[in-house]
This record gives sequence, structure tokens and C-alpha cells, in this order.
Amino acid sequence: MNWTVIIDYIPAYREAMLLTLRIGWMGIVLATVLGLACALIRYYHVPVLSQIVKIYIEVFRNTPLLVQLFFIYFGLPKIGIKLTAEFCGTLGLALLGGSYMAESFRSGLEAVPLIQSESSLSLGLSRMQTFWHILLPQALEISVPALVANVNFLLKETSVFSAISLMDLMFTAKDLIGLYYKTAECLFLLVVFYLIILLPVSIAGSFLERRLRYAGFGD
Amino acid sequence: MEELLKLEHVTKAFGENVVLNDLSLTVHQGEVLVIVGPSGCGKSTLLRCMNALEPIQSGKILLGDEPVDGRSANVTKIRQRIGMVFQSYDLFPHKTILENIILAPMLVQKRKKQEVTEEAERLLDRVGLLEKKNNYPRELSGGQKQRTAIVRALCMHPELILFDEVTAALDPEMVREVLDVMLELAESGSTMVIVTHEMQFAKAVADRVIFLEHGKIVEEGTAEAFFEHPKTERAKSFLNTFVFDSPKKKTSQEAAIG
Amino acid sequence: MPDLVTELGLNVLFKGKNMIRLLGGLWVALRISLISVLLCIPLGVLLGIVMTWKNPITKALSRLYLEIVRIMPQMVLLFLVYFGTTRMFGWNLSGELSAIIVFTFWGTAEMGDLVRGALVSIPKHQYESSAALGMTENQIFLHIIIPQTLRRLVPLSINLITRMIKTTSLVMMIGVVEVLKVAQQIIEANRMSSPNAAFGIYGTVFFLYFIICWPISLFAGYLEKRWGA
Repeated sequence: MNWTVIIDYIPAYREAMLLTLRIGWMGIVLATVLGLACALIRYYHVPVLSQIVKIYIEVFRNTPLLVQLFFIYFGLPKIGIKLTAEFCGTLGLALLGGSYMAESFRSGLEAVPLIQSESSLSLGLSRMQTFWHILLPQALEISVPALVANVNFLLKETSVFSAISLMDLMFTAKDLIGLYYKTAECLFLLVVFYLIILLPVSIAGSFLERRLRYAGFGD
Repeated sequence: MEELLKLEHVTKAFGENVVLNDLSLTVHQGEVLVIVGPSGCGKSTLLRCMNALEPIQSGKILLGDEPVDGRSANVTKIRQRIGMVFQSYDLFPHKTILENIILAPMLVQKRKKQEVTEEAERLLDRVGLLEKKNNYPRELSGGQKQRTAIVRALCMHPELILFDEVTAALDPEMVREVLDVMLELAESGSTMVIVTHEMQFAKAVADRVIFLEHGKIVEEGTAEAFFEHPKTERAKSFLNTFVFDSPKKKTSQEAAIG
Repeated sequence: MPDLVTELGLNVLFKGKNMIRLLGGLWVALRISLISVLLCIPLGVLLGIVMTWKNPITKALSRLYLEIVRIMPQMVLLFLVYFGTTRMFGWNLSGELSAIIVFTFWGTAEMGDLVRGALVSIPKHQYESSAALGMTENQIFLHIIIPQTLRRLVPLSINLITRMIKTTSLVMMIGVVEVLKVAQQIIEANRMSSPNAAFGIYGTVFFLYFIICWPISLFAGYLEKRWGA
């Protein structure tokens, strides 16, 4: 392993990591919002929308992100929808993530006993107040482990972005290997930089899960 | 006595299954009404209809002059005037005892936090739970949770409180502490509708008893009349299910229902 | 109607052997997942049993293995095996073989964790009450433990299969000619005659993946509901 080579390559990898983080977190935030909205539509059985959301969830949970990205990035421009690669990456991640987040939120909502909403209503709280103060906090509590797992999964999924020519970590590694044949160094940096991205989430995840298990509100 | 809650020809069905059948009754101001009957007779459903938690198929429910209807715009207004305590401990697990109690007065009635807190603490003290105010529900026993649920309902100053088998899920030694709180409430003149299986308690607390079967009122009378001299055969055999014949001494029969 | 088909580039599908080629590409991807699944089921069962041992060394090792697999994107693992082995050991693995190695390595860890989870989730009183009925160790295992474990395990393992199939789409990135790559070639070849082929062809690939994974997911969901896992 040649350390001077490694040091030379670090700036390129750092740039790539920032791109991954930027698209990754943006996509995850959008996915969370989309997922919560879809979960609510399903939970409250909003007519028509509920059916549409169900189809959306099934389609995106049952297809690979790479194929979704190819369709969005190369396919959609042919019917007049032209998007930048970065936007496509964000959109693809948000759509994929939204379908996973929706299922996690929904199972959280459904795990809150019905009597909780009923006793809130019987105290005179409106449906909206019942949702914000009673239903949502408890549902979130239940969903946290699944949500963190989703974040982890989505960050890992960003590794396919190079397919739509985004210069992420995979792209950089492949590029540098092709140019200079410093395979070991490039792969080493690839692993290190993915660890920088993924370790914190993984650690936070197991910490959160442990804390919630011991300090759960429920009996 | 002034009429407070009035049910007129109420019919409630779950699909084909008719649970309340053309039922009419009136709850008067300051009255303690106890509803008894075999399981599945519709008592709990009746209570849930009184708070618009279940839609009814026909008939009318009126609180004063206002309809009790889940679809009406002012249903939250109506529910504020009717308190309800459920069988399962339905405290909000993510809020402390005090937060459980002051949530609705602050959110719904827009009362000041300090004022509600003072009242909540006074009420908690009355039921012997003041030192638990900062605990979470999971740290309380079933009886303590149920007393908290009663305080939570009281703090809204309801005109009427519904109790749905509030001791049915409790361990026997905790039943008493909850029933004592309810007896005290009855004494202080609260209007209460109680569904219960505790016959001794029903006899002690009730001004009036309704015996419900198959969604119809079979018998109605004062506590004394119903428990001592039931008129209908159905009521008699129902009351008899609470009596055990000891295989060894037959005489225990008198002592059992007292 | 035919205009719309042409407009969306779907006509390319019916030209020559394009559809057959596309399905052939899909089969390449499916074959990789199938072989990997067949390998990682027995390996995963073994690993799962090992993971329930109380031995601190096997515990630490299996934990480490699981964490490594969990934290690295499969794409990175593919790169490590495909590019790394050439460099380190001078092997020249084909993309397909690299993919099978990586997916088996990954699937075994996931399967092992599922098996472990299913085994430890059997409540202790199930052993005790069977023993109290006078059943022998083997009878308990055969009639009580294995059936319950399977009921928990099967729906989850079926989900793992769909994950495996979806993940195989990555192999195009290490040069395996699978369905996406074939699609790319078809689009490229028809660039002049059907400039819009990208929409229809990639849309078709999208649909093909869905039509394979969706029924499997539905089946897993059905089993889960029926067996109350």
C-alpha cells in the first residue's frame, strides 16, 4: 500500500463523499416526508389516494433503485421530462425511500391501540389534536428502529448513483482504478470513506434502539 | 329532577347484529345510573354511543338540547361535557401522570397551565396519588392508573361521567381503591352512568338500576327494588349467577348477595 | 395506437429477437440470485445455529461477520471482490462469479441472523411444557421447535430472496451483461431508428423486475399473515 498515493487521492474522495452525503440526506428527508404522508393516507383510508399510494408503494418496494434511476434519468427525457443527474438521484432515492418509510410509519401507527385515540376523543380533543398529541408521538416511538434501518439502507443504496454518471465514491474509485491501476489504494479509500458515512448512522441506530428498549413508555 | 342526557329510540347494529334495539332512557342531573346485564347485552356499546364513539343507525341522543353525534361539527364541544373512563387503562403512555391530566384542559379548553396544574394536583391529592404526578403510567399499578383516568376526566369539569367496567381488568385487591373514589364522587353529587359487574358496589352507589339484555331494557328500578325484589324472571336468574351454592353448607346462599 | 407505441419506443421490443435478448439478460441476473440463494440457505442455517451458541469466540466472530456485511454497501463488496482479488491474488474472476461470491457472503449473514432470530424467539416454556409431557429431546425438536421456527423463518427468507433479486441489478456495474446492459445495447443499436427507445425499454425492464418480485412479496406477506409470524 502506497501512502503518498492515498494522501494524493483523498481530496477526490472527499468531494465524492460530499456529493453522496448531499444527495443522500436530501433524498432521505424527502423520503421521510413522502413516507409519512403516504402512511397517513393509508392509515385514514383516504378514498382514491389510498389506492394510488398502495400501488406506488408496491411498485417501488419491488424494483431495484438502479432500474428506477435508469428509467428516470434515461427514459423520462424521451417523453419530455428532462432532469439533472443530481436531481434524478435525489428523486429516485426519495421515491424508493418513501415507499419503505411509508410502511414503517404505517406499522407504527397501527401498533398504537385504538383506545388511545378514543380516550383522547372522549376528552374532547379534535381529530387533529388527537393525531399530533396522542397518535403520532406513540407511533414514532414504535417506528424509530425501522426508520433508522431505512436511513442506513438508503445511504447504502446511494452507491448506485455512479450509473447515472454522478461522481460519487464508486465513480471515483472506478475512475482512479482505470486511470492509474492503484487498485489496493483506491479500494482501501473506498471502504474508509463509506465507513465515515455509514458508521455514525449504524452506531446511532444501535444506541437508539437500546435506549428505547429500556426507556419505552409503554407497559 | 332536571333531564341531562336523553336517548330516544336508539338503534345500533354492527352489520346484521342488532346491539341496541329501539332503546330509550333518560339520565337526570345529579343521578347515579348503573347499567347491569350479561356480557354481550350491549352495555358498553350503549356507553360508547352516549359519547359518540359509535355511530347509531336510528334514534336520537341529546345532551340538554344538543345532539350527540360523531359527525356533527360540535362533537368535541359535546365530548368536553361528557367524561369517560374505560376498562383498559387508557392513559397516554408517553406523558406523565400530570401531563395526562392537564393535556385536554389546556388544549381543548385553553385554560392556563398554572391553574389546571393546581386543580390537577388538588384532585390527585384527593385520590392519594399526588406523589406520583411526575411518574409515567407504566410505573403505576392498575388501580392507580384507573384513579388517574378518573381524575383526568374530572379535570375537564364534565356534567356527566361515563364509567365503562372500570374495575374489570383490575386485580381484586385494587378494585376497592377505585370503587371508593367513585363512591366519593357519587356522594358529592356528580352525575354518573356506570357499567359494572360489581353487584355489591352497584347496590351501594346506584340511585337507579337498568337491567339490559339483547339491547333492550328488561327491568328498571331503584337499587333497593332491583336487587331485593327483582320483578322479571330474567333479572332474577341474572342476579342468581352471582350466588354460589357451597357443596358443603347450603346456608351460605343468603350471605352471598346480602 | 401504433403511433403511441412507436412514440414511446416500445416498437423496438418487437424488432428481431430484442424481447428474447432482454429476457435472456434477465435470466443472467436471476441465475446469479438463484445460485446465491441456494448456497446461502444451508450456510445461513448453519451460521444461525452457531450464532445461538454461548461460546464467546463464535459469538464475537459471527457478530463481526454480520456487522461487516451489514455496514458495507453490496456495491462496495462487489468492487472489492471483482477488482481486489485480481490485484491481491492475481485471480481473474469473472463478474458473474464475483457476484455469486458476494451475494452468498452477504445472504449467508442475513439468513444466519434470521435463523438465529427465529430460534431464540421460541419461548422457553415451549421446551418445558413439551418436556413435561414426557417428550424426548429429539421429539421436542422435530415436532415443536422446528415447525415453529419454520413458520417464523419462511416468510422472512422469501423476503430475502426478493432483496437478492433486486440487488443482482448491481452486477451490470462490474461488467456482467444482464438485463440492464442488454437494454442499453438495444437502445444504442436503435438510436437512429427509434430515438425514444430508452423510455420503452427501460420501462420494460422496470416492469419485468416488478412482475418478478411483486408476486414473491405478496406470497411472503400471505404466509406471514397466515402463520402470524
